[in-house]
Amino acid sequence: MSVTYIDAIHRALEELLQEDDRVFLFGEDIAGTFGGAFKATKGLAEKFPGRVLNTPIAEDAIMSVAIGAALGGMKPVVEMQFADFGTLGLNQMGNNAGAHFFRTGVPVNITMRMPCGGTPGGGPFHSQSVEALFAHYPGVHVFTPATVADAYYMLKQAVQIPDPVVFMEHKFLYRWLKADSWEESDPLPIGSARIAREGEHATVVAFSAMVPEALKAAQDLAEQSGYELEVVDLRSVKPLDMDTILASVARTGRMLVVSEDFPWGGVAAEVVSRVVAEGMHLLDAPPLRLTSKESPIPYHPELWRAHRPNAASIADAARYLISL
Amino acid sequence: MTRVSELKDAALRAYRAMCTARAFDTKVSALYKAGKIFGGVFLGRGHEAIAACEAVFLEKGRDVYNPFIREMAGRCAWSDDAVLESARSYFGSALGCMGGKDGNVHWGQPLQGVPAPVSHLGAMVGVVAGMMLAKRFRGEKGCVGVACIGDGTTSVGAAHEACNLIAVQKLPVVVVVSNNLFAYSTPNAQEFACASLCDRGRGYGMAAHECDGTDFLQTLATMQCAIAAARAGEGPQWVVATTLRMCGHGEHDDASYIPDSLRQAYADRDPLDIARRQLVEEGWLSEQQDEELNAHIRDEVQRAVAQAQREPVPDPQSLDWTSVSWKPVRA
Repeated sequence: MSVTYIDAIHRALEELLQEDDRVFLFGEDIAGTFGGAFKATKGLAEKFPGRVLNTPIAEDAIMSVAIGAALGGMKPVVEMQFADFGTLGLNQMGNNAGAHFFRTGVPVNITMRMPCGGTPGGGPFHSQSVEALFAHYPGVHVFTPATVADAYYMLKQAVQIPDPVVFMEHKFLYRWLKADSWEESDPLPIGSARIAREGEHATVVAFSAMVPEALKAAQDLAEQSGYELEVVDLRSVKPLDMDTILASVARTGRMLVVSEDFPWGGVAAEVVSRVVAEGMHLLDAPPLRLTSKESPIPYHPELWRAHRPNAASIADAARYLISL
Repeated sequence: MTRVSELKDAALRAYRAMCTARAFDTKVSALYKAGKIFGGVFLGRGHEAIAACEAVFLEKGRDVYNPFIREMAGRCAWSDDAVLESARSYFGSALGCMGGKDGNVHWGQPLQGVPAPVSHLGAMVGVVAGMMLAKRFRGEKGCVGVACIGDGTTSVGAAHEACNLIAVQKLPVVVVVSNNLFAYSTPNAQEFACASLCDRGRGYGMAAHECDGTDFLQTLATMQCAIAAARAGEGPQWVVATTLRMCGHGEHDDASYIPDSLRQAYADRDPLDIARRQLVEEGWLSEQQDEELNAHIRDEVQRAVAQAQREPVPDPQSLDWTSVSWKPVRA
């Protein structure tokens, strides 16, 4: 049997509704027979009557109502139709939900599902990766699964964690990424990064859709040049597992951080900053980052492919890093 | 509408809350001017009738109440600990419900039905809606949520989104719009162009009510009607209550932008004076009872402020600075 990344998300949502009557789904176009823009909730409204609610087009209110419902003892799982529109819910997530536990001692158990990242033809406003905007706020966890199993396990755990969680689901991975099953024998806990491939010459830190690109780059580089890249899949950008990153850098002495997001103040900048601050002595060469270009995300597929990192540009950057 | 004569008990409780709020506001204003308060001070002077009347029909433990910045009288009507908790909030007491991590009018007790307000106007309307949605999921019936906004907040997108969603979901929410004619310094004419803010409520599909928020008994009857309708399952209600802000936006603000003609109206339209006169006319309050009540309230305020000032302050060394309740256990 072959399952996709979005099958794993659908399955996790179905099990969450089945297992906990405090869970409900809330978002635009998710109910009825339609089941959401990406069909993540297809069939769930019929199976769980009254627990999959359509909302008006009102991202701020979707978030504020979810916050209130969580304070009333529920565990709302919100779907933003696109992560790009999640910025309209950023104030509620950062200033209201994120600040809440510190201010009052009462955590806000909400999960904000964000279909993020680029696809060919997506254009400037249906392609963004906004994890850094949300991770900026204290009190918010930000998960960025890059495998089918992580999509399943991390979404289930996101809802079980009592705090606000931003769950970044990459749209390119939805139907492209496949696995035999969403289950695995020994799933990692949230907060731990994964060594997705072992290698000795350089560490490539990646997350979300950049993980399969980095793995392909590592495979190509090994075949073409004999260099072995160690690929670290962050899994969650907040919490950020510095232990695993630093241990890998200690083994390889070189680090490239790859992110699909814009360069300024992103997760890649955060990782580089922390590795320099905490592990400068481990580095044999300056740390590099590879991000999208400093421009809005373009529409034409050829422009889009050139705008974001891919296996070829990651391999080129790694070759340069190893040459330093 | 309920006859005024049936509202005696609520009227006396609301009046007590109004007097308490005025006494507290007077005290905290003096403390501000004496440099004893860290941040801003925001008074409810002129808003007491609206605030007390909206909250006096609510029940702590059953309903949801989201006070806005001028709702001290509502907080007093909602709960007996309002004066002490407000004093703790202003002094940042470690024993207050915000523990000094937030202050002034931002305090709340979300698990008791009062969400802790953020400063972003309109952001809490949807939170009230969500708390009522949770009650619907949990099968709680006959409960009401009151969300308080001002004339300025009616311009905010968050408030609009939430009001529309409340109406679509037919939630038992009463949105109280206190129109004090100025959003900070901006007069109504620069804030909205509709003839009446009631039209906004009707536009959402809510039942709209209007009252003179300085007329105590009229305000009491209006709030009673709106809250009873929401409680009875008649859907969301929208109340526009007009009043005067008899103070600056905060105590840092001399309100020099308010024209003299309006300032001169304060003397005749003080909701406390009007309430006292109406209660005496109804035969529900004597002047002697009023004096005893206010003497008692002054003592209560004095005691609460003194206690909050004596309490421990938060300690940055021992404070757990974490912003999340969950921490990862690494493999």
